[in-house]
Amino acid sequence: MRVHVDAEKCQGHNRCYSLAPELFDVDDLGNAVELNDGNVPEGLEHKARLAVANCPEYAITISE
Amino acid sequence: MADNRHPPVTDFATDFDHTDPTWVNNPFPIWDELRATCPIAHSDRYGGTWLPVTHEHVSAIAYDTENFTSRAVIVSEVRPGPMDLPAPIGVAPPITSDPPFHAMARRLLLPAFAPRKVDALEPFTRQLCNDLLDALEGKDIVDAAVEYAQHIPLRVIAKMLGFPTEDADYFRHVIHLILEEGITVTEDDDERLVEGQALDAYFDNQIADHVANPRDDLTTFLLEAELDGNKLMHEHVRGTMLLILVAGIDTTWSAIGSALWHLAHNPDDLKRLATEPDLMPFAIEEMLRAYAPVTMARMVAQDVEIAGCPMKEGDWVLLPFPAANRDPEFFDRADEVIIDREENRHAAFGLGIHRCLGSNLARMELRVAVEEWVKRFPNFELADPSAVTWAAGQVRGPRSIPVRLPG
Repeated sequence: MRVHVDAEKCQGHNRCYSLAPELFDVDDLGNAVELNDGNVPEGLEHKARLAVANCPEYAITISE
Repeated sequence: MADNRHPPVTDFATDFDHTDPTWVNNPFPIWDELRATCPIAHSDRYGGTWLPVTHEHVSAIAYDTENFTSRAVIVSEVRPGPMDLPAPIGVAPPITSDPPFHAMARRLLLPAFAPRKVDALEPFTRQLCNDLLDALEGKDIVDAAVEYAQHIPLRVIAKMLGFPTEDADYFRHVIHLILEEGITVTEDDDERLVEGQALDAYFDNQIADHVANPRDDLTTFLLEAELDGNKLMHEHVRGTMLLILVAGIDTTWSAIGSALWHLAHNPDDLKRLATEPDLMPFAIEEMLRAYAPVTMARMVAQDVEIAGCPMKEGDWVLLPFPAANRDPEFFDRADEVIIDREENRHAAFGLGIHRCLGSNLARMELRVAVEEWVKRFPNFELADPSAVTWAAGQVRGPRSIPVRLPG
């Protein structure tokens, strides 16, 4: 599983970063970026789905 | 709400007023009814105002920066006047700015409010909360809004800006005038002009003090910042100070107050939070969804039709993010507070390019304030539900919450 942040849509709500700091980081402006090229380590799939489901801007997508 | 100067509303679908006591005390039934009947209402008040109440319409307008300008974001009888900075900068950049200037003014401020900067303020905030709680120990009945919630953002913002904390009473006065009395700094009657000049003079003094004694705070940061290779215009610095004072205090105070009010009359939720601290992040987002304090506003930039409504240039549009957050088309069990709600795409901090600049700060203050209160007083309850009062205007939160502390 991989997560992807659409930088055009991200407005820096930081919901993903607070829910899943293992999968996302934030830059100096507070916008989100994926860690590890977006690869989701085993066991963190639920957190990845939570990040998707809580982004107010629909900026995060998952590919299996 | 005591000094509402407008005639009472009898029909919210055709004559709504967000300062009407019925709305102030409990706006949720009004929005529910409008959502079911006419999802975008119109009122002739304030010279013509529109009110979308579904998540779909609120978000569509928030994203549409071409047809809707942020040049004025507080609905009042007075529209932006000749004393304003011209669009696209506005009185208080970047909240009052439109693209393309908006992005530059916002980018400048974003680093100061990014998560790691905010994390650094957490120990200060936690200590502050504990000092406030120490002062409540031993009392039977306290006011959770007046004696606790309001002080937290006042002191955090004063610290960030590097303003004296002793001036907190003056900040409260200014915020009340702007948000609840509907005053804008552009109004031309004498009293308002005097208030505006006094505030400018206060900012000028702080600026002069920081020019003479630069230090590690947001004021020095603004004075040293550059936009396109130039220092910020003096009016830009003052406008941003005004924005941070107005947007950073009442809002967070309201969010903290609403959360404590909820816990004060929902003992099951209080008990769960006190015994299951892992729930806190979800509970905080749910409080933000259910009791989002901020309704924004836009002005129609050019005639446009939205969902069949003919909006005219210069009309106001209220953007009630709290109503979007209660839309049953968008949220399951939208009218219930579910403190372990895991999927919560709420819009408490707005949507699109104007996402609340201080959202990381507000969320940290709210979480720390609730954590420390619940740790100290795992049992407390409303002392007199009828004595709870709510702020009128576009920022909604309890202004008095008498609670009984366990003996």
